[in-house]
Amino acid sequence: MLDIRNISKVYPNGVRALSDVSLNIQKGEFVSIIGLSGAGKSTLLRSINKMIEITEGDILFQGKSIKEAKGKELRMIRRDIGMIFQSFNLVKRSRVITNVLCGRIAYHSPFVTFFGLFPKEDKMIAFEALDRVNILEKAYNRADELSGGQMQRVAIARSLAQEPILLLADEPVASLDPLTTIQVMDDLKRINRELGLTMLVNLHHVDLAIKYSTRIIGLQGGRLVFDGHSKDVNDEVLKEIYGRELTSSEVLGEVDDAPA
Amino acid sequence: MRQHKFSREIPDKPSDIKRYLSITLFFLLIYAAGRFTRFSLSELFDGMSEGGGLIKEMFFPPDWAYMRRLLEPMQETIQISIVGTFFGSIVAIPLAIVSARNFLRNPILTGIFRNFLGIFRTIPALVFAALFASIFGFGSFPGILALIVFTAGLVAKLGFEAIESIDPGPVEALESSGASKLSILRFAIIPQILPQYLSFILYSFEINIRASAVLGYVGAGGIANYYNRTLSYLQYARAGSIVLMTFVVVMLLDLVSSKIRERLL
Repeated sequence: MLDIRNISKVYPNGVRALSDVSLNIQKGEFVSIIGLSGAGKSTLLRSINKMIEITEGDILFQGKSIKEAKGKELRMIRRDIGMIFQSFNLVKRSRVITNVLCGRIAYHSPFVTFFGLFPKEDKMIAFEALDRVNILEKAYNRADELSGGQMQRVAIARSLAQEPILLLADEPVASLDPLTTIQVMDDLKRINRELGLTMLVNLHHVDLAIKYSTRIIGLQGGRLVFDGHSKDVNDEVLKEIYGRELTSSEVLGEVDDAPA
Repeated sequence: MRQHKFSREIPDKPSDIKRYLSITLFFLLIYAAGRFTRFSLSELFDGMSEGGGLIKEMFFPPDWAYMRRLLEPMQETIQISIVGTFFGSIVAIPLAIVSARNFLRNPILTGIFRNFLGIFRTIPALVFAALFASIFGFGSFPGILALIVFTAGLVAKLGFEAIESIDPGPVEALESSGASKLSILRFAIIPQILPQYLSFILYSFEINIRASAVLGYVGAGGIANYYNRTLSYLQYARAGSIVLMTFVVVMLLDLVSSKIRERLL
């Protein structure tokens, strides 16, 4: 479904973020990318929907080249790829439902949606997406009235409203507390299972990556140094990815699922 | 006195000549400017004592009966500012959008519009009014046009700065979902700057009401027309009532507008 072929990225300032990375992702996989800050995790994720342009290699999404795609063709590819972010990226002044409907924009002409008029079917898709992340009751609240965990769930709902084939998550839990982290990761796992939606997630916490994903990608200095089943991640592998022992910040630790 | 020890020599104190020269030059410039414009303190004090008499004639008492005749030109002044602010703020929208660096991401186009706006903002509204009055003839129309141009420049400038300071997150999110530029503008940018934009409109209205109070001076409509007339007939009590009325109206509108602005932000 997603075929990353020998991609490299050199930023205009000379920084080499990715070196010859190749990766093949199948439908329904839950893949985590781990590595130090600056290892190229974010660059890799953003190359896939061309939010960052790669300098070498190519990426095929459902057989279509992302490197060659421009204009409408690129927008149609992006429509099939949802993305969620560390800082949620909601329009805080807008209502939750308006934020989720943003996921439907690419399905219509901008002149139709310009007046904020979405077909009833779109609204139903948006409500359904909110229901799937258990936050339907907040549909008419303003986004800035929500907590961090709720905002990230709205952001997930927005990307689900796109009816994507692939979901990219760039450090989705990095600004959440441990308990909400578990809830959001559970949501992602459930969506992966229920909808068969392929997940590609950047994670800072190694234990989260091992717990939730079926497959782990390790990046070190822009190179792919590990690609395997999460069961095969051992101390030796981690030492190669991190170049040292893990620090406590890279492990989330035990979290009580049911707080007192 | 205690003996101080240093590991190396204390550096020499740098020369102060540059500083003294700058200060001297500064005062020389002020002096030269005063000489050039024939400013004299003695004249200022003479004028003040004369002015005292004038103020007495203007305001003690003002011509209350004349105020009734001022209602219409005052209304015209307010209307000029409202219409000018309204259309100017609309013209400002596309200008602000193309001038914001984070929207089109075309430095050449953005640069052209920014410079264009910059040039326009250096020209005072009164100069535009005089220009338009000579083109279109006397009346409120040139006044309105002048305020449209002035407001467009001001609101566009404040507007593109507001657009450039939005949270880029929603723009990124919408772009990654396949939304077009127009949709990004509609759903990620406009909701973020709308309250600020409304407050810029009110702010420029406050400026415009003051500007339109003097537009009549160059024949561009409104109350200043009457001010000019009464002064040339030496009707100081009438001029006094114009000043008083302008003062009260401007202050009231200013107060209302700034109260609404406080609510917006």
